[in-house]
Amino acid sequence: MSELIYEKSRPGRITVTLDELDVKQVDFSEDLLRQTPLRLPQIAEIDLVRHYIELSRNAFGVDNGFYPLGSCTMKYNPRLNEECAALEGFTQIHPLQPISTVQGALRAMELLSESLCEITGMNAFTLQPSAGAHGEFTGMLMIHAYHAHRNDLKRTKVIVPDSAHGTNPASAAMAGYQVISVASNSEGGVDLDALKELLNDEVAALMLTNPNTLGLFDPNIEEISRLVHAAGGLVYYDGANLNAIMGIARPGDMGFDVVHLNLHKTFSTPHGGGGPGSGPVGCKSSLISYLPQGSLIKHNGEFSFVTNTPESIGRMRSFYGNFLTNIRALTYILSLGSDGLKDTSLQAVLNANYMMAGLADLYPVSYPGPCMHEFVVSLQKLKDETGVSAKDISKALLDFGIHPPTMYFPSIVHEALMIEPTETESKETLDHAINVLRELHALAYRNPEEILNAPTTTPIRRVDDVLAARHPILKYNFE
Amino acid sequence: MASYTVNTLAQQQAMLEKIGAESLDSLFTAVPDSLKLQRPLNLPLGKSEFAVAKKMKELASLNEVFSVILRGAGSEKHYIPSVVRQLSGREEFVTAYTPYQSELSQGILQTIFEFQTGICELTGMDASNASVYDGASAVAEAVNMTIDRKRTVVLLPDNLHPHTLTTVKTYTHWSNIELKTIKTLNGRIDVASLKEALSETSACLVIQNPNFYGLIENVSELSAVVHAAGAKVIVSSNPMTLGVLKSPREAGADIAVGEAQPLGMSMAFGGPYLGYMATVTELVRRLPGRIVGQSLDLDGKRAFTLTLQAREQHIRREKASSSICSNQAHCALIAGMYLAAMGPVGLREVAIQSSSKAHYLAEQLASIGFKLRYDGPFFHEFVTDGPLTSVTVENALHKRGILSGLPLGKNGMLWCCTETVSKHDIDRTILILKEVLA
Amino acid sequence: MEQLYFTATHEWVKFLDEKTAQIGISDFAQHALGDIVYVNLPDVGDNVGSATRFGDVESVKAVSDLISPVSGKVSETNEVLLDSPEKLNSDPMNTWIMKVTGDFDKKGLLTPKEYTVLIAQAK
Repeated sequence: MSELIYEKSRPGRITVTLDELDVKQVDFSEDLLRQTPLRLPQIAEIDLVRHYIELSRNAFGVDNGFYPLGSCTMKYNPRLNEECAALEGFTQIHPLQPISTVQGALRAMELLSESLCEITGMNAFTLQPSAGAHGEFTGMLMIHAYHAHRNDLKRTKVIVPDSAHGTNPASAAMAGYQVISVASNSEGGVDLDALKELLNDEVAALMLTNPNTLGLFDPNIEEISRLVHAAGGLVYYDGANLNAIMGIARPGDMGFDVVHLNLHKTFSTPHGGGGPGSGPVGCKSSLISYLPQGSLIKHNGEFSFVTNTPESIGRMRSFYGNFLTNIRALTYILSLGSDGLKDTSLQAVLNANYMMAGLADLYPVSYPGPCMHEFVVSLQKLKDETGVSAKDISKALLDFGIHPPTMYFPSIVHEALMIEPTETESKETLDHAINVLRELHALAYRNPEEILNAPTTTPIRRVDDVLAARHPILKYNFE
Repeated sequence: MASYTVNTLAQQQAMLEKIGAESLDSLFTAVPDSLKLQRPLNLPLGKSEFAVAKKMKELASLNEVFSVILRGAGSEKHYIPSVVRQLSGREEFVTAYTPYQSELSQGILQTIFEFQTGICELTGMDASNASVYDGASAVAEAVNMTIDRKRTVVLLPDNLHPHTLTTVKTYTHWSNIELKTIKTLNGRIDVASLKEALSETSACLVIQNPNFYGLIENVSELSAVVHAAGAKVIVSSNPMTLGVLKSPREAGADIAVGEAQPLGMSMAFGGPYLGYMATVTELVRRLPGRIVGQSLDLDGKRAFTLTLQAREQHIRREKASSSICSNQAHCALIAGMYLAAMGPVGLREVAIQSSSKAHYLAEQLASIGFKLRYDGPFFHEFVTDGPLTSVTVENALHKRGILSGLPLGKNGMLWCCTETVSKHDIDRTILILKEVLA
Repeated sequence: MEQLYFTATHEWVKFLDEKTAQIGISDFAQHALGDIVYVNLPDVGDNVGSATRFGDVESVKAVSDLISPVSGKVSETNEVLLDSPEKLNSDPMNTWIMKVTGDFDKKGLLTPKEYTVLIAQAK
């Protein structure tokens, strides 16, 4: 069991020292000063280093092994991205420096925006949103502003498929909308009849992912956009699954008015243990005036930022977004180019179909036909017949050094596992994973106890989540 | 083309055979022909690592890196210890996903738990979340935590960072929250104005301390007034200042938030930064975002896990208070490392040096005619009104590699000093300005 | 004079007298929810409406709305549940969540017998 750094603290130990103060020390009056002791760790550098090295050994990154997390696109994070994001010319510039002194940063932002426009078929991008959900919130605010500007105030509802990621309805609600759900048809796409019944002059927008959360491309997408537009609404694209279609199809051509992208998914920026991500938002010309302040614009060849215009939705945060994350994505796009980006999507779809082909006889795929970059299997039959659930199989995978797929999402599939290998995995890695999953399937029938007992090789086993939620201990107790 | 795809054409062929597909294109039959892009993307072809690195270095070189920086206003240059940079760059920390699989992620979970502990120590609060996007959105999320059916009015002084003010407006625009401006007097919140604005519909007062002008607010007095009216106090602090200043909890805050970029992150043209949110026990379940908690595993060992997830979007969906999913986890790791590397002595020293140097700069500027705009104690930032226009000051210092304070209007300037500014830098600055005045 | 009724959404209501009702969740409900980790109680003084949400119950991975069987005003909430939500799992029929006062309309409520039939059909 790892000690907390607070438990390793010893009074008087020091890691960093500063130079001597070279001016007079300022004296603040007593009533302004901190009275309670500050119990931050006191630790020597060598112990600090060992502490974090030990912790890093209990972490599992894409660099450590296979990570087929559906909907997360855990592809390889190129080292070049890290080097470029560490360049002093990017890290040592203050966001409020005179514009003339940061032309490189602005040009980089412009290059990224232009590339994203071309990849998605949109007319403008803001790089300010700091995550996918942040982008969704931004996009929904822009849509709300668009309708309000046209005095179309009846539109209080946003339609979201029942298979959507939780951030979709949550972001729509934050933007002041009532969320209504549309059912999926038997092919996993949007049920057109159900959609027609929901569309009216109270609907502001439809939020969609395409390919959807089942890993399937909705062949009716053009009709869907047409229907929503005919009813006076806008169509919003959740770009989480863009990895399947780069260079092959574009949301802008499908009729989407606003999109967000997840640079930490499709564009290889690292997940960092949960963030930072970056969720740029792109839009068609009709929505450009609603872009947030701090978005980059160019006028007569000169860069500037959107300021306090009446139409702008305002600010999603301070400054311009996760700049270094955006630099990583730009590096990636420059490396891959038009040919590499298309190849990425082709290989992502190939890898997913290959895995599906290797597993479909044992793990029923929720919907028939080729998948895109990910696929969903249901373990309901396995659970009914052996008692081994999707969660149990996931725990068993840990003993094989494979990160489990996404569990229990989307909720319209029971005992779901969503598998997305990504394009950066070799056939050998896929073959190994397929074999492990096939072995586990056999084991479930042969000796389910072994799987129900998993994992057995990890440092800790099956954390008590109920205890954690009933009696939250959220920080170190110094007493 | 520096593709990161792996399989050879022969392997791809073998895979297609196993699938029973003719070609890669045949996997895309679901995409209607009308949508299939009939041309390559109108982007340059892929480049070698060498070429890309060259291009990115070119772009980086077009930015001017100032050797002396006297500008803050939400982004500060502090010394980043080498251990922080090196250790945070370990690939397991960089390339790991969100630690939903506890068995595989105890290391990540522990770093978050340690970060939460550090934030609680600085702020005096009972619990912290695992981060939000930045300080401005942290204030917006905090405001939301204080709203209930009867209390929907939020009091915002006009001396908050302008980006924070705008972000709160944007976040609350379509809600039933009413924003009310509190006037400031001599740069600080005017208590009389506050008392007038408070009512039984007030949800909270947001105090930035030190405020946008660098001035230290009387948080204790303000908290007493706000609490007497039954409303809550949100304090937004630069966490570096908490090495010396009274913690938000000591001063009466219910929620402590802020921008933690000064804790080990470079200025990086505005991001990625780090919003922190901490609060008292009664309000813990209103915190947005991920939270790590301590528990036990099957064998009774201490183990960490993401907890209180029923607050979040993946469970509550449209009923969640926030849609936040991905946060600033890696930046929180950096902040935790920074706090450990600096320790209480080091952080206190950073705060003492930053404020002392700022006061020295203020003194020297005053001696050549740049008057302090406001009286009352300030920490490491302050505003002057000068005998020279702010543009003149900025240009004169720029010529000599110094980034001046932030221009505020025609003659005003918001200055900032950190421990990275030396007496020599300050003296040089004064000399340059003296030359211009002559 | 206690009268026990149920709703189709698995809440129970005990009428302590003409104007006071106690509300909780059934054994079927607690079983379906799994280990309950938190209860979001209404505020005393809140108005509740029949067939409308008055709070919710959290398990580790899910949230379930609590639907009020009656209309009225919340007179008391069971604060014990804030520290010990597990009581809803261990003793659902004797662990009340809120007390409501008002003029009650018992239309639409199920008798224990009717409720038993309902849950038998659900299985």
